[in-house]
Amino acid sequence: MQAMLEKNVILLGIATLITISIGALVQLVPLYTMETTIEKVDGMRPYSPLELAGRNIYIREGCYLCHSQMIRPFRDEVERYGHYSLAAESMYDHPFQWGSKRTGPDLARVGGKYSNTWHVAHLINPRAVVPESVMPGYPFLATRPLSADKIAGDMKTLSVVGVPYTDDQIENAQADLKAQANPEMGDADAMAARYPKATMGDFDGNPAVITEMDALVSYLQLMGTLVDTTSYQTSPDGR
Amino acid sequence: MSSASLANTASSGTPEYYDDLIKKFVIASAFWGLAGFLAGDLIAWQLAFPVLNMDLEWTTFGRLRPLHTSAVIFAFGGNILLGSSFYVVQRTCRASLFGGNGLGSFIFWGYQLFIVLAATGYLLGITQGKEYAEPEWYVDLWITVVWVAYLIAFGGTIVRRKEPHIYVANWFYLAFIITIAVLHLGNNASVPTVLFGGEMTKSYIVWAGVQDAMTQWWYGHNAVGFFLTAGFLGMMYYFVPKQAERPVYSYRLSVIHFWALTFLYIWAGPHHLHYTALPDWVQTLGMTFSVMLWMPSWGGMINGVMTLSGAWHKLRTDPVLRFMVASVGFYGMSTFEGPLMSIKAVNSLSHYTDWTIGHVHAGALGWNALVSFGVLYFLVPKLWNRERLYSLRLVNTHFWISTIGIVLYISSMWVSGIMQGLMWRTYDQLGFLQYSFIETVEAMHPYYIIRATGGLLFVLGAVLMIYNLWRTARGDLRNEAPIGLDSQAAAAAE
Repeated sequence: MQAMLEKNVILLGIATLITISIGALVQLVPLYTMETTIEKVDGMRPYSPLELAGRNIYIREGCYLCHSQMIRPFRDEVERYGHYSLAAESMYDHPFQWGSKRTGPDLARVGGKYSNTWHVAHLINPRAVVPESVMPGYPFLATRPLSADKIAGDMKTLSVVGVPYTDDQIENAQADLKAQANPEMGDADAMAARYPKATMGDFDGNPAVITEMDALVSYLQLMGTLVDTTSYQTSPDGR
Repeated sequence: MSSASLANTASSGTPEYYDDLIKKFVIASAFWGLAGFLAGDLIAWQLAFPVLNMDLEWTTFGRLRPLHTSAVIFAFGGNILLGSSFYVVQRTCRASLFGGNGLGSFIFWGYQLFIVLAATGYLLGITQGKEYAEPEWYVDLWITVVWVAYLIAFGGTIVRRKEPHIYVANWFYLAFIITIAVLHLGNNASVPTVLFGGEMTKSYIVWAGVQDAMTQWWYGHNAVGFFLTAGFLGMMYYFVPKQAERPVYSYRLSVIHFWALTFLYIWAGPHHLHYTALPDWVQTLGMTFSVMLWMPSWGGMINGVMTLSGAWHKLRTDPVLRFMVASVGFYGMSTFEGPLMSIKAVNSLSHYTDWTIGHVHAGALGWNALVSFGVLYFLVPKLWNRERLYSLRLVNTHFWISTIGIVLYISSMWVSGIMQGLMWRTYDQLGFLQYSFIETVEAMHPYYIIRATGGLLFVLGAVLMIYNLWRTARGDLRNEAPIGLDSQAAAAAE
């Protein structure tokens, strides 16, 4: 067998391809076919346009390189960060942002834990509120207007890869974005109906402009708040 | 006139080797290596002194970290892999490169363009947000084209070989090329937003959440397994025997090593996702195979080190061989540490901490970089037709500076990582968490300084190497006493 393979590069290549495919198929395919992979929960919805723009900034700045979004089911983690993370909570995340390193704390349930004012001050200069922090400052987020005139295109793309955005949501992307950042300027009720539990308001203390800071803080304030974990029951087999 | 005519044509039976092409890869590897080490050391200092982030968007840790990882893995490692594979495949097949200079130059310049496109994107914030797969869709498409060209050139050269058997180094190079292609296509499947009226440089990955996590670490762990392991084992299987002037220790072991490594590695990805929302059965599979992976890894290490049988004395006088053997030693150490960390109980402590960063660098600095340095020192005198390196004593200095740098790096990360993991889970007498998160950050400070100092030594070593290689290429010879002469003389006197 080996004598044949090491005399024919095509056969050697094919044999290698088969060898590496087995493990990949066994581990990946069932995750898409088994219904138990993602828990059935209430409350999950796609990101609002402003939250999505904020998430894009989170990805752009590489926040995932120092912050995880995945609380493990240990006593200390649950006490520090909140209920352990469910697969369902990242079911609309393209890509996932679970992270692999905690140079800073986990953010999976950071939503609602700090005020908007705290987030803005912290992002502009982390050491102004946490003197020992080693996080970079992001002062430019507060001054730069959010460039999101194409956010509907992002939502359409996400719907192609499986996020259940409705036509209504995509059509009203710009209106919803403005209404969330400044409820007096738009139809806040319609926005709230399309995106339940969305935090609304002027996030960065500057109502005149929708900045990148508004978008990022709206995303941070949403994180981990959609699913009511007190009502979540683990299945008898533990997951 | 083809540059092949300038190349090795010593005996009439030897085909023309395209060695000018390999010179380019050698220069690119040394250049990107230094750039990548510098970027890494800068971000290491940023973690110790955050003012170095400068509050500018292009210089923050979040944007420079992918620059560092891509520069060292894909630019430094990639260029030495491509260059050495072309060197090895031509010689072990006694055939000139398929596609010649035309295809070879396309691969070289295409690969450098990929690096520049990816790197500029990171600085501007253009990223997919997946570790080690940050380049956006247009860069992904471009590298796919270059990679197919690479497969054709490499495979085509094997097809036109004059040797009946395909040499073991080429099995590993081939597995590296094929598997990286599969991983790249699977993990980077994405839809550009520009197709639906969005931005030009943005795309969304088709996978989501838990499935994306598994796909990412299937890719991420096997980028380690096939880019940083299989490809570099290809280098080991050619250059260690060459430098030691001994045959590979065991052919039979190399067959087992190859197939066991190829089969087992691909299963190990889920150990990056222990205790997450990934289903338990996948985690258990990942852990089991990661532990099993210890065996073929050490089989390969034994095959590499035991190749020195009968030539151990050369370690005293040949610092280039010492680089290669030390690298295989670090390979053995990190492939023991890896299975240990993949055990769920250990991982519950190590995950999310600096221990992981230390482990990666034991492999990346100790194994990948040291063996690459050895290969660069081997190749430059051969390619530029020089009698020997400019200075072996400088190679020796480089060896010790970088080894001390690595030891500082990994031992400081062991301490900080394990300490951080323990602090996170410490309770006080009343049953409350003992430490706030920021107290654990504060405790890291001295270790971040030690780590960055170790990194600085590693950078200095690379500068010495580049100086030495440059003088070698120019044809200079340093007037110096041979290494190990004193001890040999002492031994003779006994």
